[in-house]
Amino acid sequence: MIAAMMISKATRFFRGALATLCCSLLLACGGPTEADRAVEEGILLIGNGSEPKGLDPHLVTGVPESQLLRALMEGLVAPDPVDDLAPAPAMAESWESNADFTVWTFTLREAKWTNGDPVTAGDFVYSWQRILSPALGAEYAEMLYVIRGAEDFHAGRTTDFGQVGVRAIDDRTLEVTLEGPTPHFLGMLMHTSFLPVNPRAVEEHGGMTDRQSGWSTLENYVSNGPFKLKAWVTNQVIEVERNPDYWDAATVQLNGIRFFPIDNVGTEEAMFRDGRLHLTNTVSPDKIPSFRQEMPDQLRIEPYLGSYFYRINTTRPPFDDVRVRRALALSIDKQLLVDRVTQGGQAPATGFTPSGIAGYPASTAVQYNPEEAKRLLAEAGYPDGRGFPSAEILINTSESHRKIAQALQAMWKEKLGIDVGIYNQEWKVYLDSQSQLDYDISRAGWIGDYVHPTSFLDIFTTGNGNNDTGWSNPAYDALIRRARVAPNEAERMQLLQQAEAMLLGDMPIIPIYWYTRVYLKDPRVQGWEPKLLDNHPFKYVSLRAG
Amino acid sequence: MLKFIALRLLQGVLVLLAIYAATFFLVAMTPGSPFSSERAIRPEILAQIEAFYGYDKPALERFWVALVNMLQGEFGPSAVYANRSVTAIIGEAFPVSLHLGGMALLIALGLGIPAGIVAAVRRNTWLDYVPMSAAMVGICLPSFVMGPLLALIFGITLRWLPVAGWFGPDYWILPAATLGLVYAAYFARLTRGGMLEMLNQDWVRTARAKGVPERRIIFRHCLKGGLIPAITFLGPALAGIISGSFVVETIFQVPGLGQWFVRGALNRDDFLILGLTLLFAALIVVMNLLVDIAQVALNPRLKHG
Amino acid sequence: MADLASKLPLAPAPLVPEQLEQGSSLWSDAWARLRKNRLALGSLFVFILICLFCVVGPWLSPYDSQTQNLFGGAEAPSAKHWFGTDTLGRDLMVRVMEGGRISLLVGLVATGVSLLIGVIYGATAGYVGGKVDAAMMRFVDLLYALPFTIFVILLMVAFGRSLWLMFIAIGCVEWLTMARIVRAGVIDLKKQEFVEAAVSLGLSNRRIILRHLIPNVLGPVIVIATLTVPAVMLLEAFLSFLGLGVQPPDASWGVLINEGQQNMEIFAWLLIFPAFFFALTLFCLNFLGDGLRDALDPKSAGD
Repeated sequence: MIAAMMISKATRFFRGALATLCCSLLLACGGPTEADRAVEEGILLIGNGSEPKGLDPHLVTGVPESQLLRALMEGLVAPDPVDDLAPAPAMAESWESNADFTVWTFTLREAKWTNGDPVTAGDFVYSWQRILSPALGAEYAEMLYVIRGAEDFHAGRTTDFGQVGVRAIDDRTLEVTLEGPTPHFLGMLMHTSFLPVNPRAVEEHGGMTDRQSGWSTLENYVSNGPFKLKAWVTNQVIEVERNPDYWDAATVQLNGIRFFPIDNVGTEEAMFRDGRLHLTNTVSPDKIPSFRQEMPDQLRIEPYLGSYFYRINTTRPPFDDVRVRRALALSIDKQLLVDRVTQGGQAPATGFTPSGIAGYPASTAVQYNPEEAKRLLAEAGYPDGRGFPSAEILINTSESHRKIAQALQAMWKEKLGIDVGIYNQEWKVYLDSQSQLDYDISRAGWIGDYVHPTSFLDIFTTGNGNNDTGWSNPAYDALIRRARVAPNEAERMQLLQQAEAMLLGDMPIIPIYWYTRVYLKDPRVQGWEPKLLDNHPFKYVSLRAG
Repeated sequence: MLKFIALRLLQGVLVLLAIYAATFFLVAMTPGSPFSSERAIRPEILAQIEAFYGYDKPALERFWVALVNMLQGEFGPSAVYANRSVTAIIGEAFPVSLHLGGMALLIALGLGIPAGIVAAVRRNTWLDYVPMSAAMVGICLPSFVMGPLLALIFGITLRWLPVAGWFGPDYWILPAATLGLVYAAYFARLTRGGMLEMLNQDWVRTARAKGVPERRIIFRHCLKGGLIPAITFLGPALAGIISGSFVVETIFQVPGLGQWFVRGALNRDDFLILGLTLLFAALIVVMNLLVDIAQVALNPRLKHG
Repeated sequence: MADLASKLPLAPAPLVPEQLEQGSSLWSDAWARLRKNRLALGSLFVFILICLFCVVGPWLSPYDSQTQNLFGGAEAPSAKHWFGTDTLGRDLMVRVMEGGRISLLVGLVATGVSLLIGVIYGATAGYVGGKVDAAMMRFVDLLYALPFTIFVILLMVAFGRSLWLMFIAIGCVEWLTMARIVRAGVIDLKKQEFVEAAVSLGLSNRRIILRHLIPNVLGPVIVIATLTVPAVMLLEAFLSFLGLGVQPPDASWGVLINEGQQNMEIFAWLLIFPAFFFALTLFCLNFLGDGLRDALDPKSAGD
């Protein structure tokens, strides 16, 4: 009977628990979803990757931070909602350059910071001095090296900012002098590192070079963009609301945006399907085929200016032999890889710089050619892979990198007869290994900062911190240098194509595929068009009810 | 008893200091820096950043500075998250973890201990097999399967509960259940084992023969001793629930400590790691002390400590 | 169990010192009792089948775990591939078998390591008591409180990657709970008469710990060991996820389950098969552990 008593006790407990559960369930179920309600309120719900490391445009480096800054801040020019190359006027209402694109003059419009200050040309001078100050230690200051004298100032060779080619002629006129002819300067200006900050706010909280300056917290944030910061709950949500003092407030259609920092792809997808998001940050590759069938109107696959490739350590035998490197590259069936493994509509990379850049046809130098690969490997002294030393592919820990590496591992075994291992390292260890050339073959990716081949080809010059292959070719460096000062764009592109052909001939890298952005989008989201840099300006986005 | 507690607390402080030192040098020895990123930084700039956070000084000097700061209650800034002190991060995330962990522990104890007792008392009947098999399923299903499964069933399919977030009571149920069920299974097994151990003692047989009511045998005589294995497990379980809920926090987007802990380690954010480790360690020390006190209270034979 | 009722009640453990020294009869009695427990025997049988399936299976299968068929992709179970194929077109059955080899190896060896360390450590601490006990238990507290992620990353970097490292890493973490439970049990036991009897007979400490205390705390130890095996297997998946341990193309059950759960709605078989074998193994170990405990503890075999 004791058991009977306990059962009834247990039963009562369960009944109680069940009742409580049912009550809360009844409250929760039925009715419109969060996403439906948000459409009514004009609020966009967006998955934003991870918790932002900060909102100071001069110190952040990540994609989630850039996305937030696009809503909060505005530079001289802003991305156009559709066109990848033509910038839209922003703080600058007009601009002109001299004939060889070395001196640019911007005319600023009447615009206000959220603390009431007017946005002036002096603010830009202050901001660019700030990001270039060595004491601030801004990771992305190199973006500004295009400005004359910027590198010397940043490297501490001069402490006089007057030597740098930025000048406020008056409150509304900014003159920028560049190192060399740069027709794509406007494209570079869209990058977060060129954004202005409010000098008064910065000075009030620690001054120009304080990395931990409190101006960029929720309470103190001063911005000039279409939206302003409203709430920031760590690891939960960042909310921005319409900025009534924005110069083009009439164009802004959303009342606000909620950015959810969701690291986990599965969670993000569940939230989208549960009606809690209008846009996801990404999609799990394995699910793309089923989304394609079941929700074709919500799955988006768009070209993205990025290149997925493998670095080869050219200082280590047998990879110091160009024939071995070429054999590895030519034996990869990239079409099969993108169709079956990555599945996100990626393009097989036949060169390093992705296709899609106007005026620069992508290289077609690297084609699938297993016979040639076999021949090259035999020529290098490893017929059918015999005697090939053991080698490993280094990847950072991630399911998708692992799958690609496994597919390549199998292809090399089948086509070349060589056994290659795979080992994964935790991200920071992987970065260390790669920069110390402590690897054989290493997985890598590169996303363009602006729509121009130099954003890609620069990294393989001698001594560039991102080269990481041990490869160095003076002829390549010379071509890149000549391209920088080329008198016109056609000639520049020509020189860059020659440089890329040289790079692909020496093959310190194996191009694998060109990125796409794959995500889920609620069909009610309007004004969100494919962009090569994934830089969608929020002020044109709207939500259509029903 | 008071002397015992005071002594243990003193020992606890020493343990914390040892852990602080060990963690500091573990992190200092691990490759990778909080400032390394996919895009290379110029060495001069890196030097500036390192100087700002004091990384330019030798490890031993940094250790002393950090230790002195810590003794004054200052854990230092996060090297990765701008404008955030470690103290502020803990202040934000710890209450959430306590909240989630507390509910999970209630579920674990509320389901696990009664189930374990019933199973032991009605050994080898369906009242034993069913809860124990359920417990095994709970143990066998890792939380990274259980969580998405619950979210799929109760969130996406039935639309009863939100699949992720931490905005109100309906958001709490799934993560607390996912976290609690695994531990409920452990508690059920341990309670059953402990109770059986007690029920099989000779004096229980004697008591039964003398006609002592079964209820009295179970609740007055066996329960205390039978709960010892479960109570011994309480310390590690609570520490695990509060700090080790990383998977659950990630799956359900809960802004607790677990996410920071892993992020701190992956970012090599050393003040953050140190602060969290110390908090975690202090929790365990206190929990273990409470468990020891509870054990002594339940079992007078353990008096000596 | 039907045959329990027919069992004769056994006499309580005798307290005569000479008999205490004769461990062998304890074990043969235990085996006799275990044989009568059908559930435990059945579990042992199934567990052996699983081991055979994993160890011998890959040699009998027409597939090997590496061959990819990218054109096929993930296929549902069929006559050709009984368990289906994974997203790289590899035969899942062979992968489950080979994953089982790794998981079983990790589970058993690491549990063994933790058992060895934990029991000796816990029994010593509990038996010796006093300052030594306090010091030993504070050391356990210290290890409990160490952040595991850092510990593992450091190990990985310092010693490179190997399966043996994983045994050490897991063993180092898992023996702690074992040690605490053994200590509690020993403290409980050592106040009982038969130990005092042994002490008064002048037996050495080592002998008392090994011959008397350890066999008597075996019950709770076996329960916690059966709980440790799944914990170890799960921990192993977490480690592989962090980049330590099992390297692709090899995969353990933990890795397979982790991969499977990411696609459970589309390719359910990728979760179901590894999870089934994982769970079945744990069920078996569990019932076997219960059976062993009943068999080893003469007092519990009554009723």
